[in-house]
Amino acid sequence: MRRYSLPLIIIALFVLTIGASWLGILDSYIQLVLLYVGINIILTVSLNLVNGYMGEFSVGHAGFMAVGAYVSGILTVWLFAEDKVFGAPVLPIGWSFLLLPIILIIGSIAAALVGLLVAIPSFSTRGDYLAIITLAVNLIVKSAIENIEFIGGPRGFVGMKRVMNAMGDVLDAPWLLIWTFVGMIATLFIIRNFVSSTLGKGVVAIREDEIAAEIMGVNTRRTKVTVFMLSCGLAGLAGGLFAHWPGGYINPLMFTFLRSTEVMVMVYLGGMGSISGSIISAILFTLLLEVLRPLGVLKWVLIPLLLVVMMLRRPQGIMGSRELTDVFPRLRALLQPEKEVEGYAPASD
Amino acid sequence: VTLAIFLQHFLNALQWGSFYALIALGYTMVYGVLLLINFAHGDIFMVGAYAGFFVATFLLGQSAFHLPFTVPSWAILVLTIMGSMALTAGLGVGIERVAYRPLRERGANRLYVVITALMVGILLEYLNLWQLGGAARGFPQLIHKQIYTVGGVSFTNVKIIVIGLAILVMIGLELIVRHTKVGLAMRAISYDKVAVPLMGVPMNRIIMATFALGSSLAALAGIMYGTAYEVIRFDMGILVGWKAFICAVVGGIGEIRGAMVGGFILAFIEIFVVAAGQIPGLEWLSSTYRDLVAFSILLVFLTFRPTGIFGVARRQKV
Repeated sequence: MRRYSLPLIIIALFVLTIGASWLGILDSYIQLVLLYVGINIILTVSLNLVNGYMGEFSVGHAGFMAVGAYVSGILTVWLFAEDKVFGAPVLPIGWSFLLLPIILIIGSIAAALVGLLVAIPSFSTRGDYLAIITLAVNLIVKSAIENIEFIGGPRGFVGMKRVMNAMGDVLDAPWLLIWTFVGMIATLFIIRNFVSSTLGKGVVAIREDEIAAEIMGVNTRRTKVTVFMLSCGLAGLAGGLFAHWPGGYINPLMFTFLRSTEVMVMVYLGGMGSISGSIISAILFTLLLEVLRPLGVLKWVLIPLLLVVMMLRRPQGIMGSRELTDVFPRLRALLQPEKEVEGYAPASD
Repeated sequence: VTLAIFLQHFLNALQWGSFYALIALGYTMVYGVLLLINFAHGDIFMVGAYAGFFVATFLLGQSAFHLPFTVPSWAILVLTIMGSMALTAGLGVGIERVAYRPLRERGANRLYVVITALMVGILLEYLNLWQLGGAARGFPQLIHKQIYTVGGVSFTNVKIIVIGLAILVMIGLELIVRHTKVGLAMRAISYDKVAVPLMGVPMNRIIMATFALGSSLAALAGIMYGTAYEVIRFDMGILVGWKAFICAVVGGIGEIRGAMVGGFILAFIEIFVVAAGQIPGLEWLSSTYRDLVAFSILLVFLTFRPTGIFGVARRQKV
């Protein structure tokens, strides 16, 4: 029975969130918050792979998110919507149930390819070089989108909402929430398995001592590029999901450096190199943003203040580099019963 | 005529580059000493401009408090610059003392310090927005603006003063760094962070001096910006700050000459991208392409020379 406990928990969560949304128990605002939570978990865990596990410093996650958002948004509108620029829908709306995940994956691949473009020059030297390049890429992506007129330029890109509404007309279900849930679980599954794989152990070795890792036979350059591409691809997935949000539009201002900062904050709040820490902090931070929304401007005074104080009191974040299963050993017995899956010895800060 | 236009843009670029260079100096000095990307520095520039604004309006008698006597206008200019530089230097040192030093002394990963710096920057911006509102403020004109035209090139006295003052300050900084004990200690720390503190160099005092110098240069840039463009806003430091950081990197981060050169290079690229849009055949290159082209050029440059212009690649020892 115990070996099914993790799938059972996931199914229970799925039923609880999606089922309740479907039946209308959760109103549209709570659904929106749930959507944000899911997207932020994907973003945080994926950035944690680079900044936490690998110890590099990428600061432009929103740029890769923007690539995913625009590529999948454009594909959705081109394929399924009547649009001024892209003309009549190419495919009937019925196909969209099948093709939406593929569109999301294409968006991810596009973001990963941009990541590859960044990674090739960035990882030839170590240090804060990646920070500079990713900062510049974030600004370049935003500036480039603003200058491409047929996708709306600075005004933004619309049309995804019509497709989502049409999907709802065919079969009424919270489609976006479902795919966000699936995407989130897939992300967590990929990253959890990745960090405990041989390649993932090499990633942690690079963080601890790059030269030693190289000597021990880790192909540091290829590992770094692979990890960075994976991280960017997942950011693209989050962007693709975000492009289909109920607001129905995306614009370059959604993908500024401030958005990247939010993701970084969630990573460091949760703890570098802790997946469960990232999940907890993504949930807490998203809820905090929503709770403080009525305060308006004051929100962005309180949040940085809170974080600065937190850094001073507990600089390793909520979880440090431990996982929930390290803190509660009985949870480990519940979740990983058949064999001991030891990630790595938590590094002391 | 084309030469005149070129010279016109050249002067504009020099002025714009002065801002970048002065801000980039703060980034590069802090990075040299602490290996910290001080992301709050762009907002320190903003605070400097606002400090100048408040000192100037106070001295001009435009604020709630009135001085019993009138201050001569040259004294207002000098006092505004000195006052704003002192206030901003105090802020920079205060931030270092309250937010960065405890983390450093705990031996926290330096990326946490970078995140703290990012947070401090956002805090400064939004404190300003919350307390003073989002509207742009007119910066009091401390220098009576005059326009000269020489051979088809027109420029204001402000532009000349800005460029001249920036160059003077940079020479002064170079002298401080090359010929004083503090400067010697700064260079020594950026060369070797393990051995130098053991030789009796007071790290904390040197770091404070670095922050004070960098912040006061940013304040000077802020006042110059206010004088040249006549408006200041709460978000004026964001984009300028990041760009100045990129300037520092292009020049070779940690290198003082690099920050100056990098600042002027970025300004020249930006101004001439906009200028190129006026050439027949290049009309598609509208001014909105400025950031895109500038950053792309810098990215390509960094791909081929990651250490920047003056940076020296250090071998990693095993």
